[in-house]
Amino acid sequence: MKSLGAAGGLIGRPVERIEDAGLLTGRGRYIDDLPVRRDTAHLAILRSPHAHAEVRAISTAAALALPGVFAVLTGEDVARLTRSMTVGVKANVECWPIARDRVRYVGEPVALVVAENRYVAEDALDLIEVEYETLTAVVDPEKALAADAPVLHPSLGTNLINERSFGYGDPEAAFATAAHRISIRIAYPRNSCTPIETYGVIAEYDPAEDAYDVTANFQGPFSIHAVIARALNVPGNRMRLRTPPDSGGSFGIKQGVFPYVILAAVAARVAGRPVKWIEDRLEHLTASVSATNRVTTLEAAVTPEGQITALNWDQLEDCGAHLRAPEPATLYRMHGNMTGAYAIRNVAIRNRVVLTNKTPTGLNRGFGGPQIYFALERLVHKIADELRLDPLDVIRRNLVPGDAFPYRTATGGLLDSGDYQTAIDRACAEGGLETLRQRRAIARAEGRLYGIGFAAVVEPSVSNMGYITTVLSPDERKKAGPKNGAQSVATIAIDPLGSVTVKVASVPQGQGHRTVLAQVVAERLGLSMEAVRVNTELDTSRDAWSIASGNYASRFAAAVAGAASLAAGRIRERLAAIAATQLNITSENVDFRDGKVLDRNNPDNALSFARVAASSHWAPGTLPDGTDQTIHETVFWTPEQLEAPTATDGINSSLCHGFIFDICGVEIDRTTGQVRIDHYVTMHDCGRILHPGMVEGQVRGGFAQAVGAALYEEYAYGGDGSFLTGTLADYLIPTVMETPEPLVLHHETPSPFTPLGAKGVGEGNCMSTPVCIANAVADALGIEDVQLPLSPSRITGWRHGEERPPSKPLDAKPAATGASGERMLTGSGSAEVSATREAVWAMLLDPNTLKAIIPGAHEVRKVSDTHFRAEVTLGIGPVKGRYRADIRLSDMVEPEAVTLAGGTEGALGSGRGTGRVTLTETTNGTRIDYRYEAAIGGKVASVGGRLLDGAARVVIGQFFQALARHAGGAPSLANGLIQRLMAPFRRRG
Amino acid sequence: MKPASFDFLCPDTLEEALAALSQGGPEARVIAGGQSLVPMLNMRLARPALLVDIMRLEALRRIETSGDEISVGAGVRQAELETWTSLGRDLPLLAAVFPWIGHVQTRSRGTVCGSIAHADPSAELPLSLVTLGGWVSLRGHKQKRRVKADDFFIGMMATDLAEGEMIEAVHFPRARPGSGYAFREVGRRHGDFAIVACAAVADERGLRLGIAGVDDRPRVFSLPPLDDSQFDDAINDIAWSLNARDDFHASARYRRDLVRSLGRETLKEASRCRA
Amino acid sequence: MPRMNATRRHPVNFTLNGRAVSVEVENRMLLSDLLRHEIGLTGTHVGCEHGVCGACTVQIDGRPARACLTLAQQVRGSDVRTVEALSPNPAELSPLQAAFRRHHGLQCGFCTPGILMSLDTLLRETPDADRDEIREHLSGHLCRCTGYASIIEAALAAADELRKEEKTNA
Ligand SMILES: Cc1cc2nc3c(=O)[nH]c(=O)nc-3n(C[C@H](O)[C@H](O)[C@H](O)COP(=O)(O)OP(=O)(O)OC[C@H]3O[C@@H](n4cnc5c(N)ncnc54)[C@H](O)[C@@H]3O)c2cc1C
Ligand code: FES
Ligand code: FES
Repeated sequence: MKSLGAAGGLIGRPVERIEDAGLLTGRGRYIDDLPVRRDTAHLAILRSPHAHAEVRAISTAAALALPGVFAVLTGEDVARLTRSMTVGVKANVECWPIARDRVRYVGEPVALVVAENRYVAEDALDLIEVEYETLTAVVDPEKALAADAPVLHPSLGTNLINERSFGYGDPEAAFATAAHRISIRIAYPRNSCTPIETYGVIAEYDPAEDAYDVTANFQGPFSIHAVIARALNVPGNRMRLRTPPDSGGSFGIKQGVFPYVILAAVAARVAGRPVKWIEDRLEHLTASVSATNRVTTLEAAVTPEGQITALNWDQLEDCGAHLRAPEPATLYRMHGNMTGAYAIRNVAIRNRVVLTNKTPTGLNRGFGGPQIYFALERLVHKIADELRLDPLDVIRRNLVPGDAFPYRTATGGLLDSGDYQTAIDRACAEGGLETLRQRRAIARAEGRLYGIGFAAVVEPSVSNMGYITTVLSPDERKKAGPKNGAQSVATIAIDPLGSVTVKVASVPQGQGHRTVLAQVVAERLGLSMEAVRVNTELDTSRDAWSIASGNYASRFAAAVAGAASLAAGRIRERLAAIAATQLNITSENVDFRDGKVLDRNNPDNALSFARVAASSHWAPGTLPDGTDQTIHETVFWTPEQLEAPTATDGINSSLCHGFIFDICGVEIDRTTGQVRIDHYVTMHDCGRILHPGMVEGQVRGGFAQAVGAALYEEYAYGGDGSFLTGTLADYLIPTVMETPEPLVLHHETPSPFTPLGAKGVGEGNCMSTPVCIANAVADALGIEDVQLPLSPSRITGWRHGEERPPSKPLDAKPAATGASGERMLTGSGSAEVSATREAVWAMLLDPNTLKAIIPGAHEVRKVSDTHFRAEVTLGIGPVKGRYRADIRLSDMVEPEAVTLAGGTEGALGSGRGTGRVTLTETTNGTRIDYRYEAAIGGKVASVGGRLLDGAARVVIGQFFQALARHAGGAPSLANGLIQRLMAPFRRRG
Repeated sequence: MKPASFDFLCPDTLEEALAALSQGGPEARVIAGGQSLVPMLNMRLARPALLVDIMRLEALRRIETSGDEISVGAGVRQAELETWTSLGRDLPLLAAVFPWIGHVQTRSRGTVCGSIAHADPSAELPLSLVTLGGWVSLRGHKQKRRVKADDFFIGMMATDLAEGEMIEAVHFPRARPGSGYAFREVGRRHGDFAIVACAAVADERGLRLGIAGVDDRPRVFSLPPLDDSQFDDAINDIAWSLNARDDFHASARYRRDLVRSLGRETLKEASRCRA
Repeated sequence: MPRMNATRRHPVNFTLNGRAVSVEVENRMLLSDLLRHEIGLTGTHVGCEHGVCGACTVQIDGRPARACLTLAQQVRGSDVRTVEALSPNPAELSPLQAAFRRHHGLQCGFCTPGILMSLDTLLRETPDADRDEIREHLSGHLCRCTGYASIIEAALAAADELRKEEKTNA
């Protein structure tokens, strides 16, 4: 096998990609480009504006009556035709793709509309009325554990859905005898690699055969196929799942399309026609899938020299509102290498999984790695700080030694190959660490903020399908039977003209699989790349696949390309046997070159490849005895190293373990707090490189996403669970201007466990770069407690001292809106009116007056003396929406004070607020004072956050302004703001 | 994410446009470049009953210089003003500002007046107009009026534009020799709306500082000379007076800090340019 | 021009990739949807429908513009050009496209058509565009796969090529 990749071969050469000509000319075939049946209808989804609420009633009649609408489905309609999705832990919960009696996160599907096109479908969404009874939401994973926290799933009785503790070696003893115990606490935020193409599904149902046929830009793992088929209540062979030829990126995210596969399939069944759904960006950001946020406390037992003798992990994983398959895999994916690049023999782990009112989590590039390494590599830097050592020395002291591979980690992982010391030495030398240190010294001497950070990371690839069962106790595992391995599969087919087709179940998302496979197979068969065609579309009813199929865990180069190479090898062997008889030589002397099959010792003695290859079609009788056909060869390959978890919870969670070492120099602007990455070096050992250009692309692409995670991106939630980053203007993906160019270095130690010696490479920087940048920022600022994303505002917040007060006290205090993004508005005001207190009081209780003073009210109904319902149109600028408002009066002290509590609900979102109104007698009448607190959620909060506070203030101001006017007075507000504002908002007749 | 339906009018004359706007009342809207309105239509945040496309009205597509004033018609796209040959000489502040407004691909469509009408509190063009002391020409079916920029902006996406009115043109005072201009902005990413943007003018009348991104409309202030002992107090008080708010992109404190630092830098630079 | 009723389709005429087209659309139809779903040119992609990602970028009257922020009715009489018109013929790539292929300027290719349309305008107007100008134009596009470096290299290489071409033609 070592001959592969040799000079002159195709493997390892940066050839142009087969994929590109089509993609560059607009001829890609992504899901939304595929032809569909003429009667295909379009699906739109009504989503919850609330993070937590009971669904009291859904009225769909008006939507259904709209011309062009074929079907409207609620959660109950879906439930009637499906079963709850499988949950990966033993727990008394159900997991539905659409809300039934309760919504648990903003964006959760509540109803489905099938209509002739997406425009009409969205028109119909507007006509569905849902009555919610809001519940308190919990978004913070630690708060979700509190005894009095609202419980998301009553059947579970708690939000803690799973807990397991593990011990490897003797951590207690190591900590008891440790010279130092050093710990760190990390809250890793939510983010996502958000591909530019969103989810898409085309679904069809055949009632005659009770079978579903779905095309989706799903990326695998195809273990999820089982989840889908079960949920749809059909055997696997009646759930045909196909993937389109092209996909606009996934990075793990498109695993999360599967609940929509179920929804679209059911919708097609009910509507009696094919249904197509293309997710829009709002839906994607709000509700597709997110990486987990995690609170980690990590403690190390350390010798005075900086040797780490034990680690104690306490991880609290937040999987959002439902534990969706394959979660809690994010927490267990790294289980075999919880010690990173270090030889640490004693490890204690407590893993807890908690549910909160946020979007359910799933696969995301780096999958579990960013969370682990942020804690581990920050801790290593902290150890260096506390022991006054150089962080690089602490890293070096603890590395797995170069002669120890394959190295069995404390938690059961088997590190296949590596030479971490040399890779680090080379990175420091070739990456210019000394220059960087000089730059830091100069910068600091000039009073500038400059820091250097490092990160050493082991990047696992080719997941063991059994690792997730580590979440079960050994007893539970015993009962369930062993789970392990990772079948990869490749097929080589030869047609009657002797040309070669390769089929794999790798579901590429832009990584150029077709090119690499053509390279590998062409080289094995002595053909030009053009002579080999590769098909990567997957069809579960026709192709060879397994639960491990798909594009995740960086398994392509290591496993899938390897399987293709094995399949090509088998075909080659047989072709050699066939050719040998015709060439009159022994098959050992048969060579494959330039489209010919020839005698190694006499190249003139040759046959055309096509002729030999086609003989199985045309003249099967001429095949030598014992030689099988060469029409079709399918190879399944699963590495023996991927064993099931041991009785003591040891798990080799991945087959390959690459190595990354990063160095980063940053400068922080003293005034703006902006981080500038001055220099970034990333050293990779990904085993044998099959295509340098593509490896480069994977590294740079992952790096850019990691820069986003480090500095810009966060799925932000308000304290009430409202989602705040619903547009790409708020979820900040780096542009070219924010993306520095790293120096990429390679140090190859081929994996002994994979057919081609390759390892995965796509995810490493998502694990190493966020913490490397954070380490550099911590070094620059001289602080320990840094949090992602490292926004300028946050950074200046860590640095700044007392603020200079204004020279004279301010009239109105600046509004105190909750710091952590909580969207609470507070405000106050007052007005002098000529009416008496009693008269004003009466107005507040009179629906007619309320109608006149509630901004945009069309109708006010009195439900009881203290309860009113209103229909209002509210807006600012072009933004306008109709809402239902509910107003209750309480704490009434007639005629002095009353509390108005209200909620509004409409297509654009919802608002809640309370205001205390006090009436004071004055010489000329009454002074009305008011003070309010309000929160806004739903769509407006997600997409218009930046513009929202002002809008709400205006509306609330209008109410009191109108009240004052009604009571015969003018508001005493600065610069007549409200008066001028009234003009565009005046109610229309 | 698809718009709700609306009637559409592509009038041949300004009169036709104005008649339609006045008839349509609050449910009628002008559409110019669409770079702010169409996202809102797509998200169904805006649901006008009628859109009036003003981009075919030749009369509105002019950049005119008369005396000390540059008038930019409602049909002038941002890219057209950005590449106007006299921009560097006559409107140096705008020359500095344009690269900060969205992207090449949005400036190619978005209009100057559309940005003014939209009145985003972080937007650079409203800031520039206010800082330079410009004017807005409003045109209704029956009346015509001219409003000082500082009076035109009322609040978050709220302006003095009355029902049935549209902006016909905006007027920027032409740069005078001996005046200095400067602009600085801090946003999260390139092309994002500003967290804080500061524009400064230094001329014989003194120093003026415009600030966007903090209060709910662009604000402009006159300041004492830079070396005055009261300068720091003055800019600090300005920072406090702007009702800065916290959101998840930036804290109120951060915004005030930026007003202090960017404000000082822009004023310094404007004074330097003047000298 | 009379007021066009919301509930019906109305004609719109424009030039698309050099050919006159005449279609009937609802007022609310976006140019991106018109191109993709009514006309069938699916090379123009949609990634956000609020103007940020740049995937839908086409050329309108020679300038790069967001198809998702343009109503179909707004291009009446205009000249619209999409990625499908970039290469001289189906079997050949333009110098810009070829440079993207050579320099691995794309992975999934979803952002690529929009980026090509922006760079095509830039290089046509400014054949000696430098790295900074290229970055400026690229900054209106999000690419999640490449980390941008290879896109810049491709654009610079294409600029080189075009300059050479221009010289030989001159
Ligand atoms: C991705 C992206 C980034 C952006 N970044 C920035 C930025 O950094 N800074 C910035 O300032 N802007 C930014 N913008 C907004 C852009 O500048 C808009 O073009 C501008 O705000 C509106 O101009 P328009 O011609 O497109 O107006 P439209 O979108 O057509 O209209 C906007 C509003 O103004 C009204 N209107 C328009 N013209 C008139 C008129 N003549 N009379 C009365 N009312 C009128 C409309 O009815 C509508 O309510 C960005 C936009 C996008 C899509
Ligand atoms: S789809 Fe138009 S910019 Fe994203
Ligand atoms: S190549 Fe995939 S988004 Fe750019």
